[in-house]
Amino acid sequence: MTRPLAGVLVNALLLGGATMTVWPLLWMVSVSLMSPGEASTFPPPLLPDRPTVANYRELFAHAGMGRYLLNSTVLTITVTVVSVSLNVAAGYAFAKLRFAGRDRIFKVLLGALVIPAQVAMVPLFLMLKHLGLVNTYGGVIVPAMASIFGIFLVRQYALSVPDDLLEAARLDGANELRIFRSVIVPVLRPIVVTLALFTSLGTWNDFMWPLIVLSDSERYRSRSRACHASTCKTTS
Amino acid sequence: MRSGAAWWFVTPALLVIAVFFFLPVLAALALSLTDFDIYTLADRGNLRIVGLRNYAQLLHTPLFWQAFGNTLYFVVVGVPLSIAVSFGTALLLHSRLVKFPSLFRTALFAPVVTTLVAVAVIWRYLFHPHYGWLNYALGRLGLPAIDWLGDPRWAMPAIIVFAVWKNFGYNMIILLAGLQSIPDQLYEAARIDGASMGRQFRYVTLPLLAPIVTMVSILTIAGYFQLFAEPYVMTQGGPLQSTVSVLYFMYEEGFKWWNLGSASAVAFVLFLFIFGVTALQLWLTRWQSAA
Repeated sequence: MTRPLAGVLVNALLLGGATMTVWPLLWMVSVSLMSPGEASTFPPPLLPDRPTVANYRELFAHAGMGRYLLNSTVLTITVTVVSVSLNVAAGYAFAKLRFAGRDRIFKVLLGALVIPAQVAMVPLFLMLKHLGLVNTYGGVIVPAMASIFGIFLVRQYALSVPDDLLEAARLDGANELRIFRSVIVPVLRPIVVTLALFTSLGTWNDFMWPLIVLSDSERYRSRSRACHASTCKTTS
Repeated sequence: MRSGAAWWFVTPALLVIAVFFFLPVLAALALSLTDFDIYTLADRGNLRIVGLRNYAQLLHTPLFWQAFGNTLYFVVVGVPLSIAVSFGTALLLHSRLVKFPSLFRTALFAPVVTTLVAVAVIWRYLFHPHYGWLNYALGRLGLPAIDWLGDPRWAMPAIIVFAVWKNFGYNMIILLAGLQSIPDQLYEAARIDGASMGRQFRYVTLPLLAPIVTMVSILTIAGYFQLFAEPYVMTQGGPLQSTVSVLYFMYEEGFKWWNLGSASAVAFVLFLFIFGVTALQLWLTRWQSAA
């Protein structure tokens, strides 16, 4: 195949694939600006006849979308801040500090990575019910405060931190907490950002556990569930 | 070295994981050997140990087998399709002939960062038998319309299409990183030796990418076995229970009918199965590289 022809082919394929991929998302935006019933015509309309923001006004004014959004945001930020802090501290210790049973504990954690979270869900529900955390934010936040995957990710990255850096800080008389805050955290920045991204995306999109633990509460419904249960019907 | 300081760093995280993960996993194993149900919820005195009866009963529940078959269908068709799409798009993005690589990369990755529940609503519309874009496109091609979510034969394929669309971008990025880490000199050497594009792909790209492809497929298979949200928001397990997955079955068993003992048994069966498949894959990989 000649080079220009190959170039056209590659770009055409990508353009086709990318268009098909974002199509549902773009159409979602377009439909959200249509008046009720307009999307239910054939052939499906590409753009709204008369664009309107009435659906959005309805969402925020009557369906309480603002509060659901706020719920989800607060929840996501809390889980991310707490779990990233705990995971980074533990991951760093597993990589760079020495304590009895370190390698054995880490092996157990690594082995447990293959256990799907759903195995724990039934007893976890009973436990949180006992603690009075069912139908509260706490029920979503508490079990997510640390994760094996997060510890593992931080540890692998922290292994590459040179020991000399720690020794130098110790010689300068810094205590362990000071070393962690002023030396380690800045060095681990890239992995902290990555982990924070993973955690917040995962929390924001989590579905099964919030569905179970926030089972029958109107007040604490988060956005994912709000959309499923009521508000999305206004657009469909 | 002060070992005391280290404990301050690990204890909080380990405590959370021990109390809210390890303890429940062990409790699930114990619970799966009891008849914990809605009566036990009201009065713990109703709890009886039934040994392996929950497991035996599951094997005689037709819906469990159907859920198992549906999940297997989803994995066997969905995983290869998903990895093929990820691999294809990664190869295209890796080509030096691409005009706007970052634009295409962003567009193809976009579904990964969307909220499943929100995009499921729009996909229900795309799948609509009368007004949906999919049937409109089929009609233009002269093909008959399909009742995607209403026909038991088509509901699972529809779920697969939706899941692949939602997930392929994630593996695409991992595979693309793998492609970019292959040194150019290898391709140059192959070219000098007169290897065609096809042979370069076969003898340079594939062998060097193999470890990443193995990792991606192991993670994707384990993830696809945990199918739940897609059928929950798209079809509620229907029509005719054609999209009930193992986890969907577990959810209904546990949190709709409150048969928590039996639900724990379902979770363990799924875990053992995923574990077995993963172990088999690792064994095959080792066996292949040894041969």
